[in-house]
Amino acid sequence: MLKALASQFRTLWTILQHSFTKAETVQYPERQPYLAPRYRGRIVLTKDPDGEERCVACNLCAVACPVDCIALQQGVKEDGRWYPEFFRINFSRCILCGMCEEACPTYAIQLTPDFEMCEYDRKNMVYEKEHLQIEGTGKYHDYNFYRVSGLAITGKDKGQAQSEAEPVDVKGLLP
Amino acid sequence: MSELGTITFGLFIIVAAVGGAAVLTWFERRLLGVWQDRYGPNRLGPLGVFQVAADMLKLLTKDDWIPPFADRPVFVFAPTAIVVAMLLGFAVVPFSPDLYLLDINIGLLFFLGMTSLAVYAVLLGGLASNNKYALLGGLRSAAQMVSYEVFMGLSLMGVVMLTGSFSLRAIVEAQRDLWYCIPQFLGLFTFIIAGVAESHRLPFDLPEAEHELTAGFHTEYGGMKFAMFMLGEYLGLILISCMITTLFFGGWLGPWLPPVVWFCLKVFIIICFFILLRAGIPRPRYDQLMTLGWKIMLPLTLFNLLITGAIALWLEG
Repeated sequence: MLKALASQFRTLWTILQHSFTKAETVQYPERQPYLAPRYRGRIVLTKDPDGEERCVACNLCAVACPVDCIALQQGVKEDGRWYPEFFRINFSRCILCGMCEEACPTYAIQLTPDFEMCEYDRKNMVYEKEHLQIEGTGKYHDYNFYRVSGLAITGKDKGQAQSEAEPVDVKGLLP
Repeated sequence: MSELGTITFGLFIIVAAVGGAAVLTWFERRLLGVWQDRYGPNRLGPLGVFQVAADMLKLLTKDDWIPPFADRPVFVFAPTAIVVAMLLGFAVVPFSPDLYLLDINIGLLFFLGMTSLAVYAVLLGGLASNNKYALLGGLRSAAQMVSYEVFMGLSLMGVVMLTGSFSLRAIVEAQRDLWYCIPQFLGLFTFIIAGVAESHRLPFDLPEAEHELTAGFHTEYGGMKFAMFMLGEYLGLILISCMITTLFFGGWLGPWLPPVVWFCLKVFIIICFFILLRAGIPRPRYDQLMTLGWKIMLPLTLFNLLITGAIALWLEG
């Protein structure tokens, strides 16, 4: 009984000592927390070093997305490049898991260290392509999908990509 | 004092008590923040003091809704009862030798009676809500009050014995040489515990116990009616602190400073202590509460009474 009472008084004393400790709280809007470059925040679409959109509308991100928040429509340009006619992310569904970023073969879709996406109206959380597209290259500065892939487009035929061998002539007799 | 002066002073006390209770809601949160290594409300105004106004605005603009299954007249009556009872309790508090509303020879009994009336508010609120959580809260409150009321009165009898009067001014005057917190430390200890239980604040807030009973007796209350319950609770806290000051810490007595300042200072420190209790001590289980009341506190109070009586007789004779 007395032991229990002493314990209560010790508790009070310990808490009283906390009058002189600093608060742990970070005063958020005034003091921003450090967010690592790999932080998974707002999703952006990046451009390659030549200023063309990276996205080739392969739909892998939409498939990888566990909450089905990505919708896009593939289109083909005159030079043979693929591009998304529309690209829509519903951020009220998005769980910022980063699966789309991992699935993307062209580094087009990337997550950024920004999480301040408050809206009063829920439909404003649906971002269209013009809201997602940024001018820069994001985290990967030199990567250009069409320069490394074997896909033939106007001005670049099969075998002309970086470190790509000439295609084998299957009908020739030479080894 | 003239009749007009008395009325003015009465109104002043009401305004001061209600205002004090309102500021206390903010002050308590800030102080809890200090002790729990965080800030508490600090956005609105200097140190966040305008939070009080914001809270008030919010409560005033809320829909004043009465559930269709509730017992309407009782439902409306309950929150007013607690505020009225607590405010009436302030009538007998002597703030200084000249500043008091009522100096009656049963002042202490009047105070005990008024705080006991406050239990009706909780009980009726719980009953009229027609909600099982509210009813459980009311039930707990009734049991808690019955057990703690008993030794709350008894714990003060030592003070009365030493003074020989129920008048609160006489009690303060009798403490000129020695505050009663020293000869009556057992009485003080039991009265503080009973006081916390009486104003059902943590750690004895089992009637509301938000973890078990959603909000206990005021589950169905919202808007200003809920605010009245909160006001009653904070008024009760101030009243109990005033009483502890008056009965055990020499009321307005003190050197250099004017008496009213001494009184307010002591009340303030005791309020801080109550908030410290809230910050530190967890809520006991319900059966532990009852055991504590009947098996430990009541015998302790009676023991104190016995000793005090014996010493008083020995000193006389």
